[in-house]
Amino acid sequence: MISNKTNIQSYIKIENNEIVLNGTSVFKTEPTDFADFAKQAYRNFEMQYPKFFKMDALSKLAFLGSELLLSPIVSAEKENNIALVLANKSSSLDTDVKYQESISDKENYFPSPAVFVYTLPNICLGEISIRHQLKSENSFFIFDAFNGEFLSNYSNILLNTNKADLVLCGWTEFFNDNYKAFLCIISAAENENYKNENINTLYHK
Amino acid sequence: MSKEIYITETNCITPLGFDVESNIEAILRGDSGIQLHSDISLMPNSFYASIISDEKINSAFAKISTEPKYSRLEKMMILALEPIIKNSGVQLNSKTAFILSTTKGNITALQNQSEESFNNAHLDVLAATIANFFGFQTQPIVVSNACVSGILAVSIAKRMIQSELYDNIFVVAGDEVSEFVLSGFNAFQAMSDLPCKPYSKNRTGVSLGEATAAVLVSAEAKNAKIKVIGDSSINDANHISGPSRTGEGLFRSIQNALKEAQIDANKLDYISAHGTATPFNDEMEAIALNRLGLQNVPVNSLKGFYGHTLGSSGLLETVIAIESANRSMLFESKGFDEIGVSEAVNVIEKNEEASIEYFLKTASGFGGCNTAVVFEKVK
Repeated sequence: MISNKTNIQSYIKIENNEIVLNGTSVFKTEPTDFADFAKQAYRNFEMQYPKFFKMDALSKLAFLGSELLLSPIVSAEKENNIALVLANKSSSLDTDVKYQESISDKENYFPSPAVFVYTLPNICLGEISIRHQLKSENSFFIFDAFNGEFLSNYSNILLNTNKADLVLCGWTEFFNDNYKAFLCIISAAENENYKNENINTLYHK
Repeated sequence: MSKEIYITETNCITPLGFDVESNIEAILRGDSGIQLHSDISLMPNSFYASIISDEKINSAFAKISTEPKYSRLEKMMILALEPIIKNSGVQLNSKTAFILSTTKGNITALQNQSEESFNNAHLDVLAATIANFFGFQTQPIVVSNACVSGILAVSIAKRMIQSELYDNIFVVAGDEVSEFVLSGFNAFQAMSDLPCKPYSKNRTGVSLGEATAAVLVSAEAKNAKIKVIGDSSINDANHISGPSRTGEGLFRSIQNALKEAQIDANKLDYISAHGTATPFNDEMEAIALNRLGLQNVPVNSLKGFYGHTLGSSGLLETVIAIESANRSMLFESKGFDEIGVSEAVNVIEKNEEASIEYFLKTASGFGGCNTAVVFEKVK
């Protein structure tokens, strides 16, 4: 297969109460829990998307990261063929545990559809797709640790086979208030900014 | 020109049988795995579901391993993979990958509060357990994309082999009927009071089921059972817990898959659809198929035989559809009586002989995901 060179166009990291966009800190709070951090970030960037408050933590994390990367490049006038390829270690276990608690005690049994729907890791892909109207390829993967090689290979396949024009790929890990998101946009467009970097070096930076 | 991709080995573990042959015999007899269950550890009320007996799993597993540490789902996955790995003769080297697809994996492990049990609820741990049983040399890839997982895994395997990362990929898909999933679908009021009736007028929802299925996806044409010629997986971008009313994501997925396959829609001889028997899903599928001019192509849902086996369903139904093509036989869409979707679809009412050169497999799921894969019979 002919494989064209692809380049990282932009990237974002969210961890330790801080958002770093293309290497620059763009938002930081005093140490706090994720729910509070996410709410402050949402307000700081004036996101105006009330559905955000209904999301579980994994979706909020993926949403915040994707919002800052996609908003500048998504056009409302035309179709945006931007594939979503995300992965993590803990799947949706943070919400799974909460849902399990709601059914474990037979005296206090209250399974909620609004919680149950978030017991799938790919729901965050749906949230991002709805927000940006991305009718595009999407898949969620699980690995024991960040797997930059796989994310990069799979993104390149989507680009080289014309299944996507751009790929938003990365790692969105959330469990029990421990979180880390690393997302980047990859496409065939020339970009010198990260020519000495790759997905692994940026993740570990 | 992209590499040609084949499925060369298949297997499935279901309430209807522990190999493909026994499953096909059961389908031809009209048997269903769906039965009424009364088990308060699973649901406060009695419910219809397609469940494999523990005894059958344990006695089959005892023939290949005496190790007691494996969970019920792990045993089902190992049982699905074991004969095809052995049969294939494929070396488990750096060019052989392993993809595991599931929605909830060992979710039952959350019922036990120990740290070890919690660790087992992780999907990467499940995948490592299965991979280590067989001795895969490459890192397992887990696909967890709701109810399209099983068929999406075939698509991903195809893409990775075409890009020359691997020569062979073993794919296993599996999900169990659990209190977790039953209570969730029940909370959504998506469960049927009777065995599910896909596309029927009086359908009221899903019957859940459990199964594992396994295939070998390969660039090697020798022993090929079917050729994988086009695939796509497009999100509806509409709603996280309900399908698009226009079937947009499914429509586009099928359109893209046909385009890659370089065949016109009218070449399709059979569609193995998702057909969960919820009012919204079946309606959405009928709309998407009509938008593509596919309303006359024979279509079935196998949910009436197996229930909705979640992440397993797409792969299990592909395994059965491959048999359909190779035996030139369309299988009835069990549970169907009177058409109950607003646009016409050609639901298969009884088993009949038919030549099947090309067929389509589709699936849709929570999060707005859809997958379509086009297959061609090997001449």
